[in-house]
Amino acid sequence: MAAGPSAFQSRLAKELPPLLDNAQLDFKAKDDFLATLTCDKGNVLKLGKILSEKFGFEHLSLITTVDRIERFELVYQITSYQNHCMLEVRVAVPKDDAKVPSVTPVWGGANWHEREAYDMMGIVFEGHPDPRRILLPQDYKYFPLRKDFKMDGE
Amino acid sequence: MAEMWINMGPQHPMTHGLWNLRIKVDGEVIIDAMPEIGYLHRGMEKLFENRTYTQIAPITDRLCYGSSFTWNHLFCLTAEKLMGLEIPERAKYIRVMTIEMQRIGNHLMWIAAYAADLGLLTGFIWALREREIFIDLMQALSGSRLTYNYARIGGVAADLPPDFERDTLRALDYFERKLPEHEALYEKSKIFMMRNEGVGILKREDAMNLGVTGPVLRASNAKLDIRKDNPYEVYDEIDFEPQCSNLCDCFGRYLVRMNEMKESCKIIREALRKMPKGPVRVKTPLEGSPGEVFGRVEDSRGEGMMFLIGDGTDRPSRLKVRSPLFVTLSAAKKMLVGYKVADVVAIMGSIDVCMGETDK
Repeated sequence: MAAGPSAFQSRLAKELPPLLDNAQLDFKAKDDFLATLTCDKGNVLKLGKILSEKFGFEHLSLITTVDRIERFELVYQITSYQNHCMLEVRVAVPKDDAKVPSVTPVWGGANWHEREAYDMMGIVFEGHPDPRRILLPQDYKYFPLRKDFKMDGE
Repeated sequence: MAEMWINMGPQHPMTHGLWNLRIKVDGEVIIDAMPEIGYLHRGMEKLFENRTYTQIAPITDRLCYGSSFTWNHLFCLTAEKLMGLEIPERAKYIRVMTIEMQRIGNHLMWIAAYAADLGLLTGFIWALREREIFIDLMQALSGSRLTYNYARIGGVAADLPPDFERDTLRALDYFERKLPEHEALYEKSKIFMMRNEGVGILKREDAMNLGVTGPVLRASNAKLDIRKDNPYEVYDEIDFEPQCSNLCDCFGRYLVRMNEMKESCKIIREALRKMPKGPVRVKTPLEGSPGEVFGRVEDSRGEGMMFLIGDGTDRPSRLKVRSPLFVTLSAAKKMLVGYKVADVVAIMGSIDVCMGETDK
């Protein structure tokens, strides 16, 4: 299981930071398939464009929202079929300014994931083509996956 | 012609569950489409955060009634990854066998619903008749017909019942003999072919960009199957070929699923042949270790994923479900625009809608 980084991952670790003005990405290869990196929330769209155009990441698997109490966190799992690599991109989102640029222009598949993230956690995706709630009623007032939203009987 | 919006659903024979497809038409031609979901939302992800790992397993069955074992298995797989458990070899083979039985059952349920949608009631009855055999086998394994709760964190609930191998091989012999009859029923039907061929085209680039996975993606000429690309359990030791088609239309999706059922039969036979003797379950801790893991499997409908964050207690701090259909359904507009209202049923039927996993 614990195989070393693949040649593609090494290339990614070397070539990615200069394209993002040498931002601190904290790139880590967990095995020869999965790699993680953190990204500043302002750079999300730029990173997405670079990944999809230059490195062949054609598929956005999942966007997860996590409530870390002091902040929100977004986890993007982006897959490259051709290079056999999955990238876990972590983005910290402050609670008082929960706005992130949308990556729907890059991956159309992000559309409903982002709508769900807004619906459940209240993170606003700027530039999203259809920023409505998706699962809950449009006039619903709460964001149920936040940790301060308690269930009955707790 | 005047343009107008039409609601197909939430109550409509085409929806197979409860959702609403809003289409904008210019005469008979569709110019825009907007699927609306959420009617079946049960707050699964919030429920998961308030249940122990053991309590979550039976709920994951309810993500999809047609393919419940794959979800149950995916949860156990992810939880095992978090706890760092290695499960017995025999349990892995039993899981692979059960997943493939579930896949056959699911595809048969799909073809049954699809045939009924397109006016082929014979297909509906035939497909459900064959599906009953696989449901009987799963019932012998687990005790229930639809929501099995058969996978456990650390293995499976019980070993195979007596004579299970014999019964399974018999069922497969029967099914493989019957499958050509099914294919003839559909492919020789002029109506079925007219409503399928060249309808609902989804090109490879579009499918990739929109995050479509599973049989729909493979029917768009992309040979991508997680069982092959990132093998889990013992798929790397089993010889099979992912099925794909370059037709990109509804008929391509039909072909992919039909051929997948044949491959599944092969996989079940091989898993039964290679299955070693031994225990089927290991002891598991009640608490999950702190950490973040994801599990990724090829569900009957595409890429099923769970992202699990454990904080060292007996409950997960976050469990996110990626439902393949949630994403595939968002690509509906791409498939629908330009076709006629009468094609909606065929196009939406061909992606195998299951609202349980979509709305969560």
